[in-house]
Amino acid sequence: MNNHPGTAPKKHPPKQLWKLFTSTFTLSAFTFGGGYVIIPLMRKKFVEQLHWLEEEEMLDLTAIAQATPGALAVNAAILIGYRVAGIIGALVTVLGTVLPPLLILSVISVFYDFFRNSYLVNLVLKGMAAGVIAVIFDVVVNMGSDVLRKKELLPILVMAAAFLASVVFSVNVVAIIVASGLIGGLYSVYKSRKDGKGMQS
Amino acid sequence: MIYLELFWSFFQIGLFSFGGGYAAMPLIRHQVVELHPWLTMTQFSDIITISQMTPGPIAVNSATFVGIRIAGLPGAISATLGCIAPACVIATFLAFIYYRYRSLSTIQGILGSLRPAVVALIGGAGLSLLISSFWPSGISLSETDWIAVLIFLLSFIVLRWKKPNPIIVMAGAGAAAVILYPLLGHFIA
Repeated sequence: MNNHPGTAPKKHPPKQLWKLFTSTFTLSAFTFGGGYVIIPLMRKKFVEQLHWLEEEEMLDLTAIAQATPGALAVNAAILIGYRVAGIIGALVTVLGTVLPPLLILSVISVFYDFFRNSYLVNLVLKGMAAGVIAVIFDVVVNMGSDVLRKKELLPILVMAAAFLASVVFSVNVVAIIVASGLIGGLYSVYKSRKDGKGMQS
Repeated sequence: MIYLELFWSFFQIGLFSFGGGYAAMPLIRHQVVELHPWLTMTQFSDIITISQMTPGPIAVNSATFVGIRIAGLPGAISATLGCIAPACVIATFLAFIYYRYRSLSTIQGILGSLRPAVVALIGGAGLSLLISSFWPSGISLSETDWIAVLIFLLSFIVLRWKKPNPIIVMAGAGAAAVILYPLLGHFIA
């Protein structure tokens, strides 16, 4: 608790904040595909090189980043910034993480219409779209078989119901997420109560 | 006001995309293709493709792309801010809890159960991308883009079999299209 960044008044020299910014900016600018790729790179930077975080802490922060909605890279950056320099640190690392894609996509969207009408670009995008769909289905097969392999009834039912609701009945995506979160939450409360009673008697 | 509308749409995307990676994809499609007339299905497919080839998360990339097209740079900034605002609040709050109690099991227990639903939703969004790629002008057997089907199947087989970096597969798929469409287009289409 002593190292809680929100309560312990620490000095954050501009040099440290600048280092936070340049570190997250470079990591974000050179991590392609997003998602889990950035976590090992962050570990290398902040645990091994700068020694600002401990190994265990990095694992826990990754777990929190996964539990937080939104992009994993952004979440992890917020947590590391917050840990190192409090709220200001979090703002600095968010800026560092978001700026590279913001700049790159701004440039791309300006040229998009110009390139989109080119015959060659049209073909490349058509082919790459077919490729990215294959990548998505590869991810779905991997994640889906993880769910199936555990052989628990509830997750499998939730997965099937969510798929039917979204594809066949076009139910609102947010409604599906909230409903399955509620189902999971209620079930884990029910299960822990049942286990608790079992231990007492 | 368009800036608020962009902010609010991407705020919801940021708030409800659990599970990283492609989790935001079904939400983005819902907000920018179905709910608002901001992107066509082809443009949505393009932005997912571009996101794979450029650094940065899909949600932030889409926010910038949609924002700048709808309302210029201020639009891009408001959409991006909307997309990261929920995470800023929630991540800081969870970090606060973590440093106070050092316990994560309850949070993880509840959120872990969202995973199967997210898998299903990603599958659903993938399916709609597949339909728009194979049948760009309406679903009928005679209108099928067989070259896209072929490239999809080859990419999928290579991914399952060799497990390469997805960027290599996508570059290969793009190159294959440049060769196959002019070569086979007359025979198949």
